[in-house]
Amino acid sequence: MDKTIASAAEAVSAIPDGATVMIGGFGGSGAPIELIHALIDHGAKDLTVVNNNAGNGHVGLAALIEQKRVRKLICSFPRSADPRVFTEAYLAGEIELELVPQGTLAERIRAGGAGIPAFYTATSYGTELAEGKHTEEFDGKHYVRERWLKADFALIKAELADPHGNLTYRMAARNFNPVMAMAATHTIVQATRVVELGGIDPEHVITPGIFVSKVVEVPNAAQEEELNRAEAVYP
Amino acid sequence: MSETMTDIDSIKLSNAQIAWRAAQDIEDGAYVNLGIGFPEMVAKFQPEGKQAIFHTENGVLDFGEAPKPGEEDWDCINAGKKAITIKPGTAFFHHADSFAMVRGGHLDVAILGAYEIAQTGDLANWSTGRGGVPAVGGAMDLVQSAKRVAVLTDHVTKKGEPKLVASCTLPLTGVGCVTRIYTSLAVVDVEGGRFVLREKIPAISFDELQALTGAPLRVEGDVADLICPEL
Repeated sequence: MDKTIASAAEAVSAIPDGATVMIGGFGGSGAPIELIHALIDHGAKDLTVVNNNAGNGHVGLAALIEQKRVRKLICSFPRSADPRVFTEAYLAGEIELELVPQGTLAERIRAGGAGIPAFYTATSYGTELAEGKHTEEFDGKHYVRERWLKADFALIKAELADPHGNLTYRMAARNFNPVMAMAATHTIVQATRVVELGGIDPEHVITPGIFVSKVVEVPNAAQEEELNRAEAVYP
Repeated sequence: MSETMTDIDSIKLSNAQIAWRAAQDIEDGAYVNLGIGFPEMVAKFQPEGKQAIFHTENGVLDFGEAPKPGEEDWDCINAGKKAITIKPGTAFFHHADSFAMVRGGHLDVAILGAYEIAQTGDLANWSTGRGGVPAVGGAMDLVQSAKRVAVLTDHVTKKGEPKLVASCTLPLTGVGCVTRIYTSLAVVDVEGGRFVLREKIPAISFDELQALTGAPLRVEGDVADLICPEL
């Protein structure tokens, strides 16, 4: 088995119009910029995107939104240092927003990956984000029922990958990547380095390869924060 | 307000002093989450001999101070997207584990800012309800599940309106969740659906403080002087 492929373009080539795509990262850390830019080049539109944020500046997720490829965004915090792209699209009614508390977002994704269709959480009880949702009392405390969240594709940034798709991450760039890798039908990974089988200590594997479909090596991957400091625009 | 009313801006605590006061209540070894912005200052004012372990939502426990400009590693950031550093004892983990720490009740203290706090402990701190782009982040998770939920805030709004109120008018972040409020004038607990005054700065009278508070301040036992160092 060898899940490695040659290019980011090839990796995203099967993503159709209308797909639901989870994109890893929290702000710029762990954001798979090269895969997102390949998705822009590929041209798929009417996407539903799941990410913690809504992009920053004019690269990565912000560029995908600026190119009008995103129909709906599911996120917890659609603000950033430079949120103009999303803000203008949202206020113009060009993009739908489903706002989800950050822990509920992470757990909905985890539940999607674990085959758990719904769960209860105290988060958002009594707030407008719980309106219309089923609530129940357990042991004297009130909880809100939340649904799982799954995707057709996940775009993931890893540090090391092997040909089976076993992954490690770098520092806080881990964030949503491992749970999104579990929750998508097709999980596409950009790894800073692809190593041979045995090149990752089994004790250090964070995402086991069963959750991974394709791996592309992207050495010297771009950091969204550095692109934005250089006022980069994509394409 | 009458002409004899004290000029609040000249006597109130600074944000740093409010953060200092909150830091004095954090126990040694406590696991603590600090909200983005002014609550982050609490980390600087930990008392000698008491060391808290700080959690940040994007998957880091026990991180170090900000790096020098130019030495940032943008894979190593906090929930405010600011660069942090690692130190001996740092741990990284994914988002679902990070929020299991929050929602599973493993955090001892969450410290947040506020627009309004009701005497019932309801908190409004995520939406002004005036349109624009809504954003919630992890606040709703933190307030429902941390063992203690403390708020740092000016006692009144920029227009001089009370922020401690009978009931919130803005969209809620959580219901009955706040346990203690550190303001620019006082320390107030929320107990049994009431505000209980624990400390106030000496320069303001009880009646003046009550006039700046949107619900009754109860007094149970002594009200201590709230005295902070110049910072």
